[in-house]
Amino acid sequence: MAEYKRPKSLMPMATGYCPGCLHALATRLVADVIDELGQAENAINVVSVGCSALNLYSWCGDVIGSAHGRAPAVATGVKRCLPERLVFTYQGDGDLAAIGLAEIMSAANRGENFTVVFANNQTYGMTGGQMAPTTLLGQKTTTSRDGRDCLTTGYPMKMCELISVLEAPVFVARYALNTPKGVMDAKKGIKKAFEKQLRGEGFTFIELLTNCPTNWGMNPLDTLEYMNTNTIPYFTPGVFKDKEAEK
Amino acid sequence: MEKRFMKGCEAIAEAAVRGGCRFFAGYPITPQNEIPEYLSWRLPEVGGAFVQGESEVASINMVYGAAATGKRALTSSSGPGISLKAEGISYLASAQLPAVIVNISRGGPGLGSIQPAQSDYLQATKALGHGGFRAMVFAPATLQEAVDLTYNAWDYAERYRNPVMILMDGCLGAIMEEVELPEMKNSNPEDIEDWCLDRIGDRTDSHMITPILPEPALELLNKGKAMQYKMWEMLDTKVEEFMLEDAEYVVVAYGIAARVAKEAILRLREEGYKVGMVRPITLYPFPKASLNNLDYTKVKGVIDIEMTIPAQMREDIELQVKDRCPVHEYGRSGGMLLDDEGVYEAIAEIVKGGE
Ligand SMILES: Cc1ncc(C[n+]2csc(CCOP(=O)(O)OP(=O)(O)O)c2C)c(N)n1
Repeated sequence: MAEYKRPKSLMPMATGYCPGCLHALATRLVADVIDELGQAENAINVVSVGCSALNLYSWCGDVIGSAHGRAPAVATGVKRCLPERLVFTYQGDGDLAAIGLAEIMSAANRGENFTVVFANNQTYGMTGGQMAPTTLLGQKTTTSRDGRDCLTTGYPMKMCELISVLEAPVFVARYALNTPKGVMDAKKGIKKAFEKQLRGEGFTFIELLTNCPTNWGMNPLDTLEYMNTNTIPYFTPGVFKDKEAEK
Repeated sequence: MEKRFMKGCEAIAEAAVRGGCRFFAGYPITPQNEIPEYLSWRLPEVGGAFVQGESEVASINMVYGAAATGKRALTSSSGPGISLKAEGISYLASAQLPAVIVNISRGGPGLGSIQPAQSDYLQATKALGHGGFRAMVFAPATLQEAVDLTYNAWDYAERYRNPVMILMDGCLGAIMEEVELPEMKNSNPEDIEDWCLDRIGDRTDSHMITPILPEPALELLNKGKAMQYKMWEMLDTKVEEFMLEDAEYVVVAYGIAARVAKEAILRLREEGYKVGMVRPITLYPFPKASLNNLDYTKVKGVIDIEMTIPAQMREDIELQVKDRCPVHEYGRSGGMLLDDEGVYEAIAEIVKGGE
């Protein structure tokens, strides 16, 4: 039977995330994979601005905090100077799909040999639940009190779909963390992305659909059901690009 | 030592490589394009990396990442691009990362003009970004000086773990002069293994590079930096004092303005007028003593000459003159250049009017 242990890559402390927040699970999955690949000392965690900035303090290995949206640029600088290291960014959807759009698209298009882990909780968690580029139509936030209206704010942005039309990325996939199967698949996807990076294959992008019980105003269990009925039908999980499989 | 006839931007690019620079990221903007163009082929020759960023914002953050690895990293830009780098430069300061930023300045504000101007003094010396930090600002007046200052810029950046700026205007970036190029420096900087992300030696502990700190730690950092800025003032101020001994009028000018002013001063000296010059080479730390210690029983006026309107260095000058004599200013702006005749006339009018 599998043992449930704290990954070596995480400090023996509480993460600081709200109860039921899937950021904690997503972070744990990344840490597990790094442990399994024996990369704890070789990994460099490029932390972004958002709730996941908490990882600055809970991560055991080398870590660098970056400006809001700029993690892919910071990772570019790091990886170009230290090509042997396992470099990854971990970014929220405001960070990656709004303020950091230029950086993510450009790093993906250059085919930078690092991995982006994108935690999509459809809101700006850290700043108190404002509308994000990924907020679902009709979803209520502190800046869309009557629900997101496509007439004035457009549509939720599908980052996997956008990135997979670029030539350079080698692996682009989306997973939902609201079911055990989704979690297991996500872990396999993260592992595959890291392995590709370690082989020098190029840019890899993993989107993880997560929740935000606090700002969605729901208890954690309800968020999982909400994801089933609302998030997943719009943000379809799956592999959007796998250069190996295309061959 | 190797002598070459070089254009300003290319001379500092080569000096950077010889000074150990192994990473550059930047975005095209006139009048500094020759720097990225040169480094795009030159850095790979020495095993370095060149990235053309998607913006100045991205470029400064690439430099932030590269600097964190312990590599000597550079970015360059002008006016609008430096404004975009402001957040990133502030992050370099808070994460205590060494890096060099070159500003080949042009007419402002706004998109302004692509012609040369000294319009970024205040930005460079008072607030390169938010949050209240300072960076050393070197302002060469000749290409040889530009080469020497660039060559050594990372030594300062690493010693103080702080970004360093080289500020020169578009004239200096575009002119050609003979320069003596120094030998290639050892590109493995010392004392970086304690903090950088590279695993140097057999490091097993982990390193955190962070632009955010718990409040007491942030206050401690700021207090330490305040002391460091005082230390720069004592140890690292660079200034040229020209014909000051008997001077009755003292011109204060840096960079290209100082070159033009020097010609005017020599002409006035030939006519028998006692004019001298204080030329700050470090704009920050500002050479306070050179102005504070003037003999104000003799000095009848101080003349601030800058290629920008209104003059931006004036407050720094006035703080040292302390009303002991009048402070005058003359400049051109918006990409209109200072010329020999205009500067001579401006100084002559003050000097001769004072008789
Ligand atoms: C330049 C800049 N603008 C705004 C902010 C404020 N800010 C901090 S976190 C954040 C939102 C993060 O949201 P997201 O990326 O979705 O991550 P989450 O907190 O939801 O995990 C914002 C806007 C900032 N730190 N820097």
